[in-house]
Amino acid sequence: MAGIAVSTTINGDAFEYLCQPDETLLDVLRDRLGLTGAKEGCGTGDCGACSIILDDRLVCSCLVLGAEAEGRQVETVEGMAHGDQLHPLQQKFLEHAALQCGICTPGFLIAAKDLLAKNPDPTEEEIRFGLAGNLCRCTGYDKIVRAVQDAANVMKGA
Amino acid sequence: MNFDPRFSGRKFSSVGTRPLRPDGIDKVTGRARYGADFNMAGQLVGRVLRSPHAHAKILKIDTSKAEKLAGVKAVITAADLPDLTDGDAGMYDVLDNCMARGKALYDGHAVAAVAAVDASTARQALKLIEIEYEILPHVTDVDEAMKHTAPLINDAIFTEGLEEKPAKPSNVTKRSQFGHGDVHQGFGHADVIVERSFKTEQTHQGYIEPHACVANVNLDGTADLWVCTQGHFVYRQHCAQLLGLEASKLRVTSSEIGGGFGGKTHVWAEPVALALSRKAGRPVKLVMTRDEVFRASGPTSATSIDVKIGARKDGTITAAEATLRYSSGPYAGTWAEIGAMTAFACYKLDNVKTVGFEVLVNRPKTAAYRAPSAPMAAFAVESAVDELAKELGIDPVEFRIKNAAQEGTRSSYGPVYGPIGIGPTLEAAKHHPHMKAPLGKNQGRGMACGFWFNFGGQTCVDLNIGMDGSVSLAVGTVDVGGSRASLSLVAAEELGIDYAQLKAVVADTSSLGYNDMTDGSRGTFSSSMATISAARNAIKILRDRAAQTWDIPVDDVVWENGHAIAKGEKYGNLAALSLKEIAAKSGTTGGPIAGHSELVADGAGVSFATHICDIEVDPETGAARVIRYTVIQDAGKAVHPTYVEGQYQGGAAQGIGWALNEEYIYGKDGRLQNAGFLDYRIPVCSDLPMIDTQILEIPNPNHPYGVRGVGETSIVPPLAAIANAVSNAAGVRMTHIPMSPPRVLAAIEAERGG
Amino acid sequence: MVIVRRQFITVGETVMTKGETMRYIRPLSIEDAVGLLAGSSGTAAILAGGSDLLVRMKGGFVEPDLIVDIKAIEGLSEIRQTPDGFSIGAAVPCAVLGENAALKKAWPGVVEAAKLIGSKQVQGRCTITGNLCNASPAADSVPALVAAGAKAVIAGPSGKRTIPVEAVPIGPGKTSLAKGEIIEAILLDNQAPRSGDAYLRFIPRTEMDIAVVSAGVNLTLDEHGVITAARVALGAVAVTVLLVEEAAEALIGRKLDEAALERLAKICSGACRPIDDKRGTIEFRRKVAGVLATRAATTANARAGGK
Repeated sequence: MAGIAVSTTINGDAFEYLCQPDETLLDVLRDRLGLTGAKEGCGTGDCGACSIILDDRLVCSCLVLGAEAEGRQVETVEGMAHGDQLHPLQQKFLEHAALQCGICTPGFLIAAKDLLAKNPDPTEEEIRFGLAGNLCRCTGYDKIVRAVQDAANVMKGA
Repeated sequence: MNFDPRFSGRKFSSVGTRPLRPDGIDKVTGRARYGADFNMAGQLVGRVLRSPHAHAKILKIDTSKAEKLAGVKAVITAADLPDLTDGDAGMYDVLDNCMARGKALYDGHAVAAVAAVDASTARQALKLIEIEYEILPHVTDVDEAMKHTAPLINDAIFTEGLEEKPAKPSNVTKRSQFGHGDVHQGFGHADVIVERSFKTEQTHQGYIEPHACVANVNLDGTADLWVCTQGHFVYRQHCAQLLGLEASKLRVTSSEIGGGFGGKTHVWAEPVALALSRKAGRPVKLVMTRDEVFRASGPTSATSIDVKIGARKDGTITAAEATLRYSSGPYAGTWAEIGAMTAFACYKLDNVKTVGFEVLVNRPKTAAYRAPSAPMAAFAVESAVDELAKELGIDPVEFRIKNAAQEGTRSSYGPVYGPIGIGPTLEAAKHHPHMKAPLGKNQGRGMACGFWFNFGGQTCVDLNIGMDGSVSLAVGTVDVGGSRASLSLVAAEELGIDYAQLKAVVADTSSLGYNDMTDGSRGTFSSSMATISAARNAIKILRDRAAQTWDIPVDDVVWENGHAIAKGEKYGNLAALSLKEIAAKSGTTGGPIAGHSELVADGAGVSFATHICDIEVDPETGAARVIRYTVIQDAGKAVHPTYVEGQYQGGAAQGIGWALNEEYIYGKDGRLQNAGFLDYRIPVCSDLPMIDTQILEIPNPNHPYGVRGVGETSIVPPLAAIANAVSNAAGVRMTHIPMSPPRVLAAIEAERGG
Repeated sequence: MVIVRRQFITVGETVMTKGETMRYIRPLSIEDAVGLLAGSSGTAAILAGGSDLLVRMKGGFVEPDLIVDIKAIEGLSEIRQTPDGFSIGAAVPCAVLGENAALKKAWPGVVEAAKLIGSKQVQGRCTITGNLCNASPAADSVPALVAAGAKAVIAGPSGKRTIPVEAVPIGPGKTSLAKGEIIEAILLDNQAPRSGDAYLRFIPRTEMDIAVVSAGVNLTLDEHGVITAARVALGAVAVTVLLVEEAAEALIGRKLDEAALERLAKICSGACRPIDDKRGTIEFRRKVAGVLATRAATTANARAGGK
């Protein structure tokens, strides 16, 4: 079984791996590289729990083949904090209790990071539509939206 | 047990504050390990083959080709899970549900499983298993299943609870009845009677994390199971019984859990994973796909409910009656019984009668879903109550206040209430600004009440004090929504130390005594009781060590604000000893200091809520949008108010999804057509407004801090509150949940036409 | 890395059940892509955004022998503005359409439709060409493209051809493309003066759903606001997206007044040949098709400068 050799960059670090043609990037991250921060909630792009940023584009890693990461930049929740410094979104998710079970949290953090990168001062409605690809079943989204609003304020001031 | 659980009315310093949760940092950095995030060396991938038929006899299973495929290490069928249930009918059903024995009873029923070196090989192996089915007629609708002509799902079932033993088998497994007084007479005194029939479709808890486990059975009969569950001790009991293992030799570790809401209270694939591991001699990881979660875990009941309520012109309800039919999947359940108990629990009624029927259908086994059975009953009853208020010309809140149950009321399901929160939540609703806010075009307001029992149960906690004065708290109730934070607050409160000095963990089944699962809103209620008890036991030892240090009688030592204090003027020169100071010397004063508690937490206070919501309906498309939502609920005492709010908001959101769009859709062939998040439509962020919460605190007299469970009640009122709002906005009474756009538009058109 | 042919930058294979191999190939030229597809003996799949293909693979509905990733082919990931209009490469993600100011200004309805497909995550990958070739009657971008009069440029073993987009899907999951053929771009002409397009769909939630009914409308007005050209397309109400010519005829020569809208709704509802399914009923789709057509026409008319 000849695997496909892939060289890619994940959270700023160079990675090389072999994967099968039908293997998703999510499977590669979780099962081959031990990066289990991205979660599989559906495997069909409907829940957003596996969200990553691929070359500045927010995507579901379950809808990307591992082979497609060749030569590209991958960003996962594991790369959000800088050393011992949490990203403002991570900090605000904690402070606002924007997570209960926490399974959707990595996907929300990545999606919110992408949202704020493209729109640093979103309205509540823009946040809600911007995060509509991420399902949360615990919080009713209220505290998530508040955490993103608060993080946006902090990041604008920074 | 030398422990007084009565409410003491103390002042709090930690309880009621809002610190960060101890498990938060792992969850925002992606380090928290859930069911599928754990691996063992040499682990195989397990996969389950499922019946595509709703009802079929399994004539033959040929696994030989699959076994020969390179990389396949084990193939199992029901034959590999022999019946060890010893006449325990409930456990036999669990076994049959894990792996069909002779008959597939629903689309998705497991019929075989494989363990292979990788996912792709396992998938290919499933395709090589040959099964010969004889397809049988099926029934998926609850009303259809009750008909005499319906296909029988289990011909050994004769309806229980009837006056005469039935001569023929039936899909109705049980009839139950509750109430008091004489409803016939009561209706005779009514000036107005409302009588209506309602239907609700089947919904799923919709937790984002699919069921996942890693199982390892060793040759010496010991085993390990890593699993996302709401109750690892219960999983241990069930798996041990089904596999013939000794319970104490099976160590079950509960992973972080990515949502459960009742759906992770039953074993599904875990015994299968253990059986695969036993046969393959290697660890097996088994993760359900989303499709499998919908088809083969445990959704809630579909229901059909008739309600009749009568009242006098002054607004006094004279009689109330309901007949409730709940589907339970292909196995006997008690879902209608629970619905029948909760239906009229909010009201003070002289004449009340509820009858429940448990109905078998060819759908997955019904499991608990947050206050199981109560939302559907509340939908029917609260819709009829609203209609009755309208017919009487009385404000719906005033009408409910007039008839609300109080302390001393005999509940419709039997017990007499202690201090309860239904009246206060209604009064709060009456005075809430939401009630007076103006409504726009095509908008309507609705409100409704809800009740849930709350559970207690077997609970066990260990509290260990380190020599540096830090404290670890080992609990056995799985943390589904922040209970490690709230239990740390309780321990900090009792010990008189800082929250930051504590770390709470969920212990595995080999490290702590048995705990019932986290269900019935019991996690914080019961484990906080055990935590208080364990802390008090530790304090006894701390006082003892101080007394020893001072060489004075222990009765002269009290514990205040985290310190041992020598009581009395004769000890005036003895400086108080902090927990930290006592802990530092523990090695020379008698060894480690710990407090333990094993108890049955009784007296979970019942819980009530009132919800208000505003809906806008597009009269041309039938689309209903929630534009404002308010939750008012009694928490007894909110230990960590932020997480209490989270429970209120989360339950309301699930109820909104149920009310408007979520439903299991079966085709004529008995197959589930929407087994995915694309067409099983749970609310997305842009579907909802902010959800306003108001926490009331009517102390539970049976808990030292007054705590009541808070997790479930919030899903009870939304179906009815939204139905009332949609009915008001659209000008037509909605009686079928979910109120999806085609149903709303059809109702509007029918009203226009008629 | 296994190099099979010099111009293929990535190649891999995995052994499948029956001893066949699944190959993933990323060609650099459209000719090579066509050659691979034409030469394949089993099931070949084109991978652009993958938001349909990977879902079908995950569900076991398709097990391709060959996956041809077209994203490395020069020009396929670009939107080109030409004197005649726009050429949208087959591998351009829908999110990119929304970032192209000129396209958004010229064809707001098409861009809105493209940006309704799935989530932000899906829009980062999915393409309008893929949406068209998936041949779902409920595809969001297709009614808008049909209303806009878009054309598909097809490369194949016997050269290139250009056809109207409505000629691509011929039934649920089926296209008119022959073996070896591949759409390389979608063409949109420049909008005529005083024109506007709009797309609306009905979904039960506010996001993430597949359209239950949808409508795309493109209108051109004269100086007085009288409609001189119109195209009306409906989605999810028949086996393919419907171009409702009768609706266009009824609009041409009139202003978009109450009577015109009423007539439009009636014609559109009547043109539907819907089914009952998990997403909606026949009655619902008929009624709402008319409602959406009038709402989309109102927006298109306003965009064209009409009142």
